[in-house]
Amino acid sequence: MTATAPHPRLTKAPTDPHRARGPRLPVRLLPLAPAVVLLLLFLAGPIAYCGYIAFTDLQLTGQAQESFVGLDNFTRAFGDEEFLNAVWLTLVFTVLSSLIGQNTLGLALAALMRRASKPVRTLTGGIVVTAWVLPEVVAGFLLYAFFRREGTLNAILDWLHLPSQNWLFTLPILAVSFANVWRGTAFSMLVYSAALNEIPKEITEAAEVDGAGGWRRMWHVTLPMIRRSIGTNLMLNTLQTLSVFGLIWVMTRGGPGGRSQTLPLFMYEQAFQNSLIGYGTAVALLLLLVGSLFSLVYLRLLRTEV
Amino acid sequence: MPVRPTAALLPALLVAATLTACGGGSGSDPDTVRVSFKQSTDNSVKVMDTYLADIKKQFEKAHPGKKVELVPIKAPDSEYYTKLQQMLRSPKTAPDLVYEDTFLINSDITSGYLKPLDPYLAKWPDWNRFIDTAKAAAKGEDGKTYGVPDGTDTRGLWFSKDIFAKAGLPADWQPKTWNDVLDAARTIKKKVPGVIPLNVYTGKPVGEAATMQTFEMLLYGTTDGGTDPLYDKASKKWIAGGQGFEDALSFVETVYEEKLGPDVSDALDPNVMTRVRGEWLPQGELGIALDGSWLPQDWLPGSGHEWPEWSRVLGLAAMPTQHGQAPGKVSMSGGWTWSIPAKAANPDLAFDFIRTMQTKANAQKWYIANSGIAVREDVAEDPAYAGAQPGIKFFTDLVAATHYRPAYPAYPKVSTAIQEAMESVTTGDASVEEATSAYTDALKDATDNQVVER
Repeated sequence: MTATAPHPRLTKAPTDPHRARGPRLPVRLLPLAPAVVLLLLFLAGPIAYCGYIAFTDLQLTGQAQESFVGLDNFTRAFGDEEFLNAVWLTLVFTVLSSLIGQNTLGLALAALMRRASKPVRTLTGGIVVTAWVLPEVVAGFLLYAFFRREGTLNAILDWLHLPSQNWLFTLPILAVSFANVWRGTAFSMLVYSAALNEIPKEITEAAEVDGAGGWRRMWHVTLPMIRRSIGTNLMLNTLQTLSVFGLIWVMTRGGPGGRSQTLPLFMYEQAFQNSLIGYGTAVALLLLLVGSLFSLVYLRLLRTEV
Repeated sequence: MPVRPTAALLPALLVAATLTACGGGSGSDPDTVRVSFKQSTDNSVKVMDTYLADIKKQFEKAHPGKKVELVPIKAPDSEYYTKLQQMLRSPKTAPDLVYEDTFLINSDITSGYLKPLDPYLAKWPDWNRFIDTAKAAAKGEDGKTYGVPDGTDTRGLWFSKDIFAKAGLPADWQPKTWNDVLDAARTIKKKVPGVIPLNVYTGKPVGEAATMQTFEMLLYGTTDGGTDPLYDKASKKWIAGGQGFEDALSFVETVYEEKLGPDVSDALDPNVMTRVRGEWLPQGELGIALDGSWLPQDWLPGSGHEWPEWSRVLGLAAMPTQHGQAPGKVSMSGGWTWSIPAKAANPDLAFDFIRTMQTKANAQKWYIANSGIAVREDVAEDPAYAGAQPGIKFFTDLVAATHYRPAYPAYPKVSTAIQEAMESVTTGDASVEEATSAYTDALKDATDNQVVER
């Protein structure tokens, strides 16, 4: 994180307009052209197309001609109990698994690993990262096997003489949240490990000399210093969690009774099972909105200076 | 840094050239038939591939100078439809021949993706050999036919003779009414503890299997066998939940309320279908299963879970009508058809390929290879077909009492609404009356209010 001192050439530019403007500018921008073309074609294009489709009643099949329906898809969404249920579950899933789970656990692991011996560090890091590099679907099957009625978790509970139950049935949203924590903590851990390594030793030592204990050092020194990393991590985590699909699909298919049907699953059901591409796309745009709301909150939190 | 404009333009030009090249591929070679089909996601299952390779060889021999290009789509069902529908939208990607599920064919007809085959069928004598219900399976709302079925499936009751013996039930069991089925399950529950008496699929996690293998098997058994309880053909409207609908839901409710079925959490597990075929039936943990004719496909040699003894261990019974009213038994049928896309480049050649597949000998080969049920009378009557596998004769005889779904464009949504109603009575979240009225609301929503009370 380098300080952004004003670039000398940028400050000079207005005094010498010929250097920045005039016939040379298009030529200077030319090398960017391929990238811009690619971005427009493959990024902006589909997004704009999605934006358009969300205002039509386009179906994958079962329709001779689509038509423009204005805001119908959006008003329909807000009157649709299943949609509201999906929004609520998405928030629960995101707060539980990303904000609380991955973020805190990642930070805790990173902090603890700094004090651990090298073999312990390597081993823990290895295990956590393995969960992360597994394909989403594989992770989904592993956790399905863990939580199902004859699964590992219940075997352990039985062994401890604790009551067992079908977790995917009784507490589906909690089970999939846990699965997401299991899978995604590695990312936070890596981000925080890097951030903690950037804190100069002298500052921590000075705080220690001043008599600050572990918790106070964490609260007053470490956390403020890695605030930017926390923000970045939260934002990336949240955006990734909002779009989790495969994991939940494999474990519960959004069930039972829609009790783990987050927005991506709802969207999939509408678009590809009910063939309502227009409606599904509108829901996708709303999901984008939820994501940007989260991002705005994080950006605001970050703005206050140290 | 000085930049020569040409150097900067070059990559852009290259990109543009590549992109144009991408769009240039087309299937308009007049001598090649491009055939799209659903390839099994299981690498060890090559039934369709082998069969089509054989037809390709026959076709190319009989049509010198013509070529067949097989275009497999390797995907599970729902993704296959999605991929196919995307291909059908454009003449550049549309193949000459596609393999369509009757579940969705009417949606694709409405979308204008498919070509009516009537002019071809009129000149094809073999078409008269197809049974009438099967002919209707690929008929659009406009009365034209859009596909040639390559077989069908039927559904019935599978039961474990071992468990029946322990429960004191007969080995040649044939229930006459729904109550007979429930009573058998109650007897098993009482006399053979530790097994699941009866499995009926339910709820959204199992999807269309819940609608078709369970609900419609019940619902179509509440009528006189001739009237469609879901869709009114005369007014072209869907039928609101009535007495028959409530009775069918009550059956499901009874099974789960009296704990005659699997544990609710297992019943609503998306993998329950695999467990029925792979664990519960082969391991003798399930008394009665309401399921489809294709089960033995999973137990064939080379499938990874061979179970050749099944025909000794399991008995088969037709699903009875509600009170035993005529025709006494009920079955549902689906299946796949071969269709020609509206945007196909070589439709004539494509129909020739269908004709090659549907010679009597080739059709018979196919039914036997994929545990399919014949839709051609001449094959159904052939002893070589009926004796090819245990169970084939039983399930072929059910064709006489079978129903096809009203697979109109709204059907997938209607099916989801049915699954939701089933799920809510299975979990006990709603009473039968509540679930039925919720169904009627969902039905109005799914069909733009094209609903009629009856």
